[in-house]
Amino acid sequence: MNIDLIFSIINIVLIATTPLVFASIGELVTEKSGVLNLGVEGMMLVGAVTAFVTLVITNNYFLTFLFGMLSGLLMSSLFAFLVLILLSNQVATGLALTIFGIGLSSMIGKKYIGTPIEGVNPYYFIILSFFVVYAVNQFLYKTKPGLILRAVGESHISAHAQGYNVIKIRFLSIAFGGLMCGLAGAYMSIAYAPMWQENMVAGRGWIALALVVFATWKPGRALLGAYIFGSVSILQMNLQGFGVRIPAQFFVMAPYLATIIVLVIISSDRLRIKLSAPACLTIPFFRGR
Amino acid sequence: MINIYPKIISRGHPSLLMTYLAPIIAIVLTLITGSIIFSFMGFTPFFALHTFFISPISTYYGVSELFLKATPLALIAIGLSFCFKNNIYNIGAEGQLTMGAIFGGGVGIFFYNVEGFWLLPLIIICGAIGGIIWAMIPAILKVRFNTNEILTSLMLVYVAALILDYLVVGPWRDPDGLSFPKTRPFNDSARMPLLFEGLRVHFGLILTIISVFIAWFIYSKTMLGYQLKVAGLSPKASRFAGFNQNKLVYITFGICGALSGIAGVGEVTGPIGLIYRDISPNYGFTAIIVAFLGRLHPVGIIFASIVIALTYLGAEDAQLFMQVPQAVGFVFQGLVLFYLLGADLLINYRISFYKRSLINEH
Repeated sequence: MNIDLIFSIINIVLIATTPLVFASIGELVTEKSGVLNLGVEGMMLVGAVTAFVTLVITNNYFLTFLFGMLSGLLMSSLFAFLVLILLSNQVATGLALTIFGIGLSSMIGKKYIGTPIEGVNPYYFIILSFFVVYAVNQFLYKTKPGLILRAVGESHISAHAQGYNVIKIRFLSIAFGGLMCGLAGAYMSIAYAPMWQENMVAGRGWIALALVVFATWKPGRALLGAYIFGSVSILQMNLQGFGVRIPAQFFVMAPYLATIIVLVIISSDRLRIKLSAPACLTIPFFRGR
Repeated sequence: MINIYPKIISRGHPSLLMTYLAPIIAIVLTLITGSIIFSFMGFTPFFALHTFFISPISTYYGVSELFLKATPLALIAIGLSFCFKNNIYNIGAEGQLTMGAIFGGGVGIFFYNVEGFWLLPLIIICGAIGGIIWAMIPAILKVRFNTNEILTSLMLVYVAALILDYLVVGPWRDPDGLSFPKTRPFNDSARMPLLFEGLRVHFGLILTIISVFIAWFIYSKTMLGYQLKVAGLSPKASRFAGFNQNKLVYITFGICGALSGIAGVGEVTGPIGLIYRDISPNYGFTAIIVAFLGRLHPVGIIFASIVIALTYLGAEDAQLFMQVPQAVGFVFQGLVLFYLLGADLLINYRISFYKRSLINEH
C-alpha cells in the first residue's frame, strides 16, 4: 500500500463524511433544546434540489448555497410551527416532514435529472464543517446562550420560570438544524455528487440522527462518530477494489448495518443514554397550563 | 386596528367531535392547498382537481385500481396501528413488506412448476413469517438493548431492499428473462385469485377486510386490546397494572410484521405475478399516514386508505394528462399529514380570541 493510496482514501473519507457532520451537528443543536426533528432526510433532499436548481438557473455559487440553506430553514420552520405552536407529536411531524421532503424534492427536481453542472471544490466545506463543530461546541458549553439552550432541553418548565422564552429558543435551535441540513443537502448535490437524482441522500439523514445518539449529544463525539462511520463505509468500497468477491449489494448495505450495530452498542448502556439525553426531548411545552 | 389575539386554551377533556373532524379538516385544507399549488403551475384548479381526484375513479376499472392500491395500505396501516397505539414507532413497514415478498415470493419461485390449492396459503404464511422475522429484529434490539426502534426499523428498510435487489439480479433471476432484473413468473395457483373478471382487484382485499374485523375484535373485546389502550394512554399505569411491556413490544411488532409481509405477498402474487426491484411504491411509508389519518381505528383506516390510494391514482393521471411529476402524490400525502397533526391541536385544546387588554387576566 503506497502513500498515494492512503492519501486518496483519506481524501474520499473527508469528502464523503462532511454531509454527515453538517446534518448531525445541526440535529444535535435541535435535540439539545429538547426537540427531536426526524425530518433530517427530507430537509437534506429539499436543500439538495433547491441548491441544484439555483445553480442551473443562476450559475452563482453563493446564491446556490444560500438558497439551499434557506430551503432547509423554511422546512424546519414548518416543523417548528407545528410542534411548538400547534403542539403536534414530534415523531409524527418529523416523519411527515421527511415524506413531504421526498415528494417535494422529486417533484421539483424531475426536470433536472441528468442536467450537467460544474461542481465546487469540497475542501472549503470540509474546513467549514470542522469550524462549525468547534463553534457549536464553544457555543453550547462556553457561552450563556448555550447554557440557556441546554437548560431549555433539560427542563423547559424551570427555564420558563427563570423567564426565558422556551418557544423562541426552541424555534432558533430547530432553525439552525434546518440551515445545517440544507447545507448538507446542497453540499451533496453541488460538491459531492455533483448532480441531482431522486432520493440521492439515500438515508444519510437517518444516519445523521443515529450519529447524534452515538455521540451521546456531544458535538466532538458527533464529529468523531461521523468520521468512524465515513471510514467504515469507504473501507468497504476499497475492499471491493482489492478483489474481495462479495456481491455489490452487500457492500452498499454496510453503512446501514453499521448504524444498527453502533446504536445497539451505545444504547445498551441504559444509564448512560438516560444521563446524556436532554431530559425534555420530545416533550411538548404548553405555557398556559 | 383590531386588537384581537388568539390564545390556545386546554379543554381539560379530549373532544370526541374533533377527533373525528380533524381528518376531514385536514383533507379539505389539503384540497385547498392543492388548488393553490396547481393554479401556480398554470392549471385551472377545477380541471386539476378533477383530473386528480374524480377522473381516476370514474370507471369500474378505476374503482378496482383504487381498491387494489388501498388493499396493502389498509393492511399495513392496521399493523402499524397496533404499534402506534403502544407508542412503538415502527417506521420500517416497507422493509417488512419487502421481506414478506421475498419469503412468500421465494416459495412461489421454488414451486414454479408445481400447481396445487395448497400453494397460495403456503406463500401467504411464508410471507407473514418473513415480515415477522424482519419486525422481530428491531423488537428484540429494543427490548434487549434499549435501541431506538425508529432508527433500526428504518435502516432495515434499506437492507431489505438491497437483499431483494441482490436476489433479483443474482440467484433468482429469470433464466429466460433476457437478463432483466426480475424472477420467473409464478404459476396460476400461486397467484391471488381475481375478484372480478378483467379487473385487477384481488383476494388480498378480502384478507384486508378480515384483518380489519380481527383488529376491531382485538381492540374492543380482548385483554390484549385493553392492555394496548392502557399502555398507550399511560405507560406508568400499564406498568403498575403489571402488564408486561416487553411482551407487548413483541406482539405489536409481530402483528405489524405479519400484516406488512402479507401486503408484500399481495403485491407480488397479485398484480405483478413475479418479483422485481420496485415491488412497492412506498406503501410501507404511506401507510404511516393512513394509520394516523384513520385515527388508529380499523374502520377509520379503511376510509383513510381509500383517500390516500386516490392520491396514488391521481398522481398517475396528473403525470399522464398534465405532465406533472408523479411525486406530486407524495407531496399531497405529506400535506395531509401536516394538516392532520396541526388540526389535532383542536382535540385537546381550543382557540379563543381575546382583546389584547384582557390577555393578562386569563
